Amino acid sequence: MDKPFAITLDPGSSLANRTGSWRTLRPEYIDRLPPCNAACPAGENIQDWLFHAESGKYEKAWRSLVENNPMPAIMGRVCYHPCEGACNREQVDSAVGINSVERFLGDEANKQGWQFSPPAAATGRRVLVVGSGPAGLSAAYHLTRLGHQAVIHEAAPLAGGMLRFGIPKYRLPREVLDAEIKRLTDFGVEIHLQSKVTDVRKALADGFDAVFLGVGAHIAKRAYIPAGDACKVLDAVAVLRGMEGESTPLLGRKVVVYGGGNTALDVARTAKRLGAEEAIIVYRRTRKQMPAHPFEVEEALQEGISIKWLTTIKEAGMSEDGGDIMVEKMALDDKGFPQPTGEFERIAADSVVLALGQDADLSLLENVPGLVVNKGLIEVDAGMMTGHPGVFAGGDMAGLERTVTVAVGHGKLAARAIDAWLSGETWTPPPRHELATFERMNPWYYSDAPKTVRPVLDIIRRQSTFDEVLGGLDESNALFEARRCMSCGNCFECDNCYGVCPDNAVIKLGPGKRFKFNLDYCKGCGICATECPCGAIKMVPEEN
Amino acid sequence: MLKQIEGSRAVAEAVALCRPEVICAYPISPQTHIVEALGEMVKDGSLSDCEFINVESEFAAMSVAIGAAATGARSYTATASQGLLYMVEAVYNASGLGLPIVMTVANRAIGAPINIWNDHSDALSQRDSGWLQLFAESNQEALDLHIQAFRLAEELSLPIMVCMDGFILTHAVERVDMPTQQQVDAYLPPYAPRQVLDPAEPVSIGAMVGPEAFMEVRYLAHAKQQEALTLIPAYAAEFKAVFGRDSGGLLHGYCTAGAETIIIAMGSVLGTIKDVVDEMRADGHQIGVLGITCFRPFPLAAVAAALAHCKRFVVLEKSLAIGIGGIVATNVRMAVTGMGLKGYTVIAGLGGRAITKKSLHAVFRKAAMDNIEPVTFLDLDWKVVNKQLEREKAHRKSGPVAEALLRDVGVIGARNY
Amino acid sequence: MSFQPVKFYQTGTFTVGNRLLPPEERSVQSSSKRFNSINSGHRACQGCGEALGARYAIDAAMEATNGQLIAANATCCLEVFSTPYPETSWQIPWIHSLFGNTAAVATGIAAALKVKGRHDVRVVAQGGDGGTTDIGFGCLSGMFERNDDVLYICYDNGGYMNTGVQRSSATPAAARTSTTPAVGPAPGNVFGQGKFLPAIALAHDIPYVATATVADLRDLEAKVRRAMEIRGARYLHILVPCPLGWGHASHDTIKMARLAKETGIFPVFEAEHGEIKSVLAIRRPLPVEDYLKPQKRYAHLFGQQPKVGVIAQLQAQADRNIRKYKLLESL
Repeated sequence: MDKPFAITLDPGSSLANRTGSWRTLRPEYIDRLPPCNAACPAGENIQDWLFHAESGKYEKAWRSLVENNPMPAIMGRVCYHPCEGACNREQVDSAVGINSVERFLGDEANKQGWQFSPPAAATGRRVLVVGSGPAGLSAAYHLTRLGHQAVIHEAAPLAGGMLRFGIPKYRLPREVLDAEIKRLTDFGVEIHLQSKVTDVRKALADGFDAVFLGVGAHIAKRAYIPAGDACKVLDAVAVLRGMEGESTPLLGRKVVVYGGGNTALDVARTAKRLGAEEAIIVYRRTRKQMPAHPFEVEEALQEGISIKWLTTIKEAGMSEDGGDIMVEKMALDDKGFPQPTGEFERIAADSVVLALGQDADLSLLENVPGLVVNKGLIEVDAGMMTGHPGVFAGGDMAGLERTVTVAVGHGKLAARAIDAWLSGETWTPPPRHELATFERMNPWYYSDAPKTVRPVLDIIRRQSTFDEVLGGLDESNALFEARRCMSCGNCFECDNCYGVCPDNAVIKLGPGKRFKFNLDYCKGCGICATECPCGAIKMVPEEN
Repeated sequence: MLKQIEGSRAVAEAVALCRPEVICAYPISPQTHIVEALGEMVKDGSLSDCEFINVESEFAAMSVAIGAAATGARSYTATASQGLLYMVEAVYNASGLGLPIVMTVANRAIGAPINIWNDHSDALSQRDSGWLQLFAESNQEALDLHIQAFRLAEELSLPIMVCMDGFILTHAVERVDMPTQQQVDAYLPPYAPRQVLDPAEPVSIGAMVGPEAFMEVRYLAHAKQQEALTLIPAYAAEFKAVFGRDSGGLLHGYCTAGAETIIIAMGSVLGTIKDVVDEMRADGHQIGVLGITCFRPFPLAAVAAALAHCKRFVVLEKSLAIGIGGIVATNVRMAVTGMGLKGYTVIAGLGGRAITKKSLHAVFRKAAMDNIEPVTFLDLDWKVVNKQLEREKAHRKSGPVAEALLRDVGVIGARNY
Repeated sequence: MSFQPVKFYQTGTFTVGNRLLPPEERSVQSSSKRFNSINSGHRACQGCGEALGARYAIDAAMEATNGQLIAANATCCLEVFSTPYPETSWQIPWIHSLFGNTAAVATGIAAALKVKGRHDVRVVAQGGDGGTTDIGFGCLSGMFERNDDVLYICYDNGGYMNTGVQRSSATPAAARTSTTPAVGPAPGNVFGQGKFLPAIALAHDIPYVATATVADLRDLEAKVRRAMEIRGARYLHILVPCPLGWGHASHDTIKMARLAKETGIFPVFEAEHGEIKSVLAIRRPLPVEDYLKPQKRYAHLFGQQPKVGVIAQLQAQADRNIRKYKLLESL
């Protein structure tokens, strides 16, 4: 074509005009810390494994998950999911059912027989792990991953700690627990059962390069309650432990449980399943002040357990056969503390179970210099190391926030610290990205998708059997749920930035490779940052 | 083939023979019969492979032609007077973009006051627009020029106006020799555009050009038009070879050999002038005629050459540049600068005022004796004019001029002689 | 049919793309092979809604016509910033003629294509609101009446922006422009009849009329696709915010378009032969203040003594739109 001068132009000649020189602000792709990740005591990279689950890559998702937590099938049943409490999606419709998806992945792993990826090369180091509860199992797992030989010594005849002896079957079926533990032993974790460690110092001398203590807190606290000789006053820990034995505890037809924590509820619900006609929980303060998780309270009430708030037990064993108790009503004073009112009531009871908290058994540490015990807990530093070098601790014995997830987190943290310590270094936590708060996101793009609800066992069945109460999601529901994740602060390749740039200054690098800004043409308008649904773009001032 | 048809019809048939592909038209007197005829031919199928579009204004007509021409279609439209002015923005746009559109201008006066009769003010108002401008003397020449116009426009990639006097030519029934399709096909090849909108080879047409290149663009347009000065005579010669007659070209001389006085004019008035010159020659006057066919580009060299041996020239034109004088005259004067000739301008026939042999005899004889003013208004009614001038001096609020004159004249329309 | 979003899969179809959707269900814009009909290097302001709208619409048209497209463009921001000699950012065959004649030029192109038997090549005409509703109105109406095979796209930013933000007949009531400044007893633009060209297009009964915004990409693309399935006169009116003229932050361009739709100020619908076929419903209704406040061109309505009456009038206009076009699903 013989084009007239200046009037007719060849296509695309504008590329010679590098409009990037107009900028005063420049966009940058950043990763922000999703609140779920931030809230998880076990430090799971929830956003990452949900990302893989969304595209149906369940094994990849599971592998991402177990980088941090080896027992998703368990967590998906017992974790109190603070992640869901922190989830930004709550401000759109409702939080993502992270816990349900975790359970699905864990169950799927067990169904498919997935094994952990091979660990690092053997280092030749041996670490003693005292206790096979969640803290110990987690520490052993992570140590094994890092190439060390983890050796667990467990006093009880079965592994699991509170997982086996504290959490009832209807919440955590034993087949699931056994499957998760077996995977660990297949992985290379050694577990010696009925092997109580009584002298840590000796163990250290015996060829272990470091020790992790996860003995838990399984000594029940007692309160002074005047009681007759024949009175049947038991403690919750013993009752629950007794459930794993040959013969289950005999609690009678009317059971009173004293205490307001999850353990109290577990005992009451267990009692019902054992055939008790009545299970009454007596708690000193109000429902709102109960330490037990609200949903456990809800489930318990649905099962017919009654709860007497603002009540204390004054005396037990009031009848000839050792039953019946006298309770006193409390009232909150103007400072919010419960005060006795002087009103009494007699309640029929065949047994009283005290669920007043637990203490750790620290006797095995008597000879170990440098350890500091404070209010019944062992003091540890940021890397879970006690006052004695090489001796680390975690779980219920090292803190007051006593959940399985926290214990798992402690175990992981300790393993990493141990690994560093064994090389003569101190482990420092890596720097965290800034938090992906809701204000930094653009919620418009998330369509209305309410949370799926897990199926719940019928009430009657719940009361008479130890079948799992809360069911899991099937695949399509789990997939749906995973896809509700907004991927806070992390690019999930929605193509928005690529699409909304008026200057075509975003380069799409390909699936899985995200994007790049073409700074030759980017004018710094900032539409990409505003329209990024998950807040993974930040505008920074241009220096020149 | 010889036919006795209306001038408009002749032009329509000639245009049809040129195989136009897009015809868009808005009606305005006196062009209507041309586009009506073409419309009918398209509708009854005698003109095939042609889109006829009834547009909603002249501005739209030229715009449609622009779009069509840019897409490689041979495009045609026609207008006059007010319509031409209404499309002026697009007229400049077409030449600026270099699109070979052919447009018939059925010359008509421009208002206010509104006047539907013939003069050259419309086409000449666009003399600077970059369009080629040809003026036909007769119906035969009108139809012939259209055929040459398509060839010329497409060769140069410039739009072209073919001007013919409104009513005088458009509505006169005369004998014309209509060419055959074969003859036209032999003379006019298919349109091969210089630039075209085509997805196979995308371009952006109509960029914004700033000070850094605008002068060059304008110079190139000027240079392009100058090429027509060579092409027009060549194409006229070719035309003669194919069609067998003289038509077109830059100029036509008549009795110029030995002429002391040469009358210069454009369009149909040349017929009357030639009759008068014949009679004056018989009376012994050394007088001749120069008819200008190509007004743009203005054939400066050819005009100078044609006037080389005369003593004086009289430019008789149906146009007036208010505030200065004649339009054609000033163009002619530029051609003869330094030649020492005496030149006179006669403004005649504005708004369709009849130009009679009697008046021409009078003014030419006076001119031959150098006995006329530099600028003369032929047959002006001085009584009416002076009365109006007096009226305006006496009263500030003297009312609309045109209406006042009409009352004085007593008759609406051309005066009878 | 207006594009109905898929209501699950995380962001569903609100985002440009989605790695979980099969490629054929993603937008044209999400593809790394998208045409980029208007490419980088153009001189639009930062955050220009018109540049974005043009790429969205023309890429979709190119996709729908298999790359067989010719575009005519009026004098407007889009033309000025895209073709300053010696650069052009257009990758398609494109012609700029004048301000008011784009519809007619497009008619001419369509006629030429028809005559030459090139039925596969389609024509798009583009203009701003000034070039469409004011100076280009006559040619547009003529094209409609003749039912020429042209898709006319109007990029409506409510004013003559590139000449310095002057008022057009599409400028909304009460808005400040340089020819309706925010001074005197009645600051900003007058409250007239308003000239909503989509309604005028509807009255012509042409085969297809639709409105769209740059905030609803999938909807816009679907409308272009639908328009290209039809032959005859078609009109698409796209709301494109202008950070400079409207006085909002350059990064809020899409947000402002979204607010215009969600407050009912700008109805998004689709019609064939004068009958409305579908409406993009308001997702979460909002009061007009949410739309007005971020724009400096309405700043004179707020401040120490807010012009409550004027705001109420604007709200009434929005409410009328909601009723008239049934913009809430409950209607």
